[in-house]
Amino acid sequence: MDSLTIIGMVSIITAGITMAIGSIGPAIAEGRAVAAALSAMAQQPDASSTITRTLFVGLAMIESTAIYCFVLSMILLFTNPFWSYFIENSTRG
Amino acid sequence: MHLSPDELIYWQYGAVKLNATILFTWVLMLILFISAKLFTRNIASELVRSRWQNSLEIIVLTIEQQVKSIGLNQPRAYMAFLGSLFLFIASANLLSIVPGYAAPTGSLSTTFALALCVFIAVPFFGIRTRGLRNYLASYTQPAFIMLPFNIIGELSRTLALAVRLFGNMMSGGMIIGILLVIAPFIFPVVMAALGLLTGMVQAYIFFVLAGVYIAAATSIEKTHVKQNSNKQININ
Repeated sequence: MDSLTIIGMVSIITAGITMAIGSIGPAIAEGRAVAAALSAMAQQPDASSTITRTLFVGLAMIESTAIYCFVLSMILLFTNPFWSYFIENSTRG
Repeated sequence: MHLSPDELIYWQYGAVKLNATILFTWVLMLILFISAKLFTRNIASELVRSRWQNSLEIIVLTIEQQVKSIGLNQPRAYMAFLGSLFLFIASANLLSIVPGYAAPTGSLSTTFALALCVFIAVPFFGIRTRGLRNYLASYTQPAFIMLPFNIIGELSRTLALAVRLFGNMMSGGMIIGILLVIAPFIFPVVMAALGLLTGMVQAYIFFVLAGVYIAAATSIEKTHVKQNSNKQININ
């Protein structure tokens, strides 16, 4: 295999694994956060507006961990620097 | 497939490019500026007010109340910065329902510029309220050995602020693009509605985080915090 094939293969596999592993943690964390917020709302319905607001902020902050992984996998798939480096080299040489 | 609106170039003259990010940022600035001018043209202090003034007052008062709830006791001093940050990001994200519009927040350069504004504003407000010496001393809290970690934290949270907004907006557009290929009938509409919610929440988060960073840099009274924590323990 030439290096372009290896880079393409490794990039695609790594992008998939990045998304798979990177979404496990945030998924568990979001589930726990929503469960905690629901039980808090059941105990204190008066504070539900504050809880909801804080929950949304917290959820988005947890989600940003998964978003980082997503950005990384998008970079690997669409604007891979190693891939474009070797493409440039192969067209030149 | 476009990763960011930077790649859509409308006009080019040599090295000078006019891409979608710059164009829509200008359009957005024009919209915000002209609407602010129009709404505040004849402000009344009586009971009879125009509906535009009422809606503007609702927005301003809500932002002020939110800033106060973050922990900044004099919200008016920070309203100009935090409020315009929120209004810009929120309108940039919400306008994505207009066809042909590409949200400038989906470009890393825009979000990084916004994060740099926060990065500069935090020491600015900190030095203004606490003085240069006190502010610099806060980097050595709780011990002097924490100095490099505090500096790294300052830099990494700026990066996180930029990448969070960029990633959320970019992934929204990306998901719609992919769904248009797989199921082009109803699903993209649902995801676009979800994208509007995400855009609003992200604008709110950017605004709240900037406020929290400023509040952490400007908090003078440490005893106050201690009293509060004691109170909470008593309540529990």
